[in-house]
Amino acid sequence: MDRIPILKLNSNLLVTIQVELHDQLAITLQDDLTEQLSRTKAKGVLIDISALEIVDSFIGRTLAHIASMAHIMDAATVLVGMRPAVAITLVELGMSLKGVHTALNVDKGMALLARLNADELML
Amino acid sequence: MYRAGVNVGNAGVLGAVLKSDSTTILGEWLALQIAESNNKGLIKDAELKTQAESFLAVFNTAVQENPSESLQGPAWDEVRTFLAALSRSRAMQGFSPSETALFVFSMKRPLFAALRAKIGDDSGALADALMLATAMLDKLGLYTFEAFQRGREQVIQRQQQELLDLSTPVVELWDGILALPLIGTLDSERTQTVMESLLEGIVQHEATIAIIDITGVPTVDTLVAQHLLKTVASARLMGAECIISGIRPQIAQTIVHLGVDLGDVITKSSLAEALRIALRKSGLAVMPSVKAQG
Repeated sequence: MDRIPILKLNSNLLVTIQVELHDQLAITLQDDLTEQLSRTKAKGVLIDISALEIVDSFIGRTLAHIASMAHIMDAATVLVGMRPAVAITLVELGMSLKGVHTALNVDKGMALLARLNADELML
Repeated sequence: MYRAGVNVGNAGVLGAVLKSDSTTILGEWLALQIAESNNKGLIKDAELKTQAESFLAVFNTAVQENPSESLQGPAWDEVRTFLAALSRSRAMQGFSPSETALFVFSMKRPLFAALRAKIGDDSGALADALMLATAMLDKLGLYTFEAFQRGREQVIQRQQQELLDLSTPVVELWDGILALPLIGTLDSERTQTVMESLLEGIVQHEATIAIIDITGVPTVDTLVAQHLLKTVASARLMGAECIISGIRPQIAQTIVHLGVDLGDVITKSSLAEALRIALRKSGLAVMPSVKAQG
């Protein structure tokens, strides 16, 4: 069965979605990611969706759910590489994914995660 | 069959008149046009004469080839092409649509006079010939009118598109800081263009902060505010933060009176203020150079 690979990078989990994300795959990703979070005790999750051309309301909601779940499990989520068309569609659908951190590319996303983790350590 | 026969017969008269009396018709027609145009000086008499001659020539050919009021066939297409070119050039020369259409309509009087002289006392034949000539010239006149209108519409459409393209420039103020100065009324089509060009600009310049300056937007209603909020939300989804600047006192009042919730969007009164905060967010500072300090 298809799976989205989840890579551990330092204290973060890196998820790059390179295939068309269908509903079942998104749910599998949700399960796998929460599993990995509890096992690795990662502090951050970076999800790269730059290859996604179509995001419907279900995928949008699942991404928001993943972020909320990660938040409860004490990890920050950064969504990177969203395409302009996808962003417009999600906003038109009324999903502005409040509470999810976003960045333009993986580079900036990693920097943001490092900053978020540093902020947390300071508290 | 009877009708077709009548048409051919009348066109025979019309065709004959056009062939034999073309010089007389042309002279009278030109005099009439010059008198009616009040000598505005929009067109030279010589140019008018060339145009009239050419029209008479193509009209004559068309009448000889297919003398029916349906105006079908290659010769009539040529007449139409000529008239379209004429309306285009007249539109550019500053003629009004009615003045342009008058070019064709004013030919009626000399043509009718020539027909009457030719046919003489046979009032039935005269009426038929006049009817056909009127129908033809009316159609051609209306076509001139339409061509004129079409030319104008094309110009307007091109200008609209240019305006749309010109009115949404995305400028890079600093590394990673974009500005989008909006000028003019925001309708839904324009906000769509604005949104798209801003998001494309964010990708292209790898920007983290975008400043939307609405100094040049005359009014902000709920729809415009909603569009702005949507743009801000889309930019945020792509990982860029938006600052709205150029909020004038009246606009601030309107927004509050309308009960629009701008949420946690940063708003600043001027573009300078917005740039200042954008620089600070990027960890940059502007300070006087050593030379200026000393």
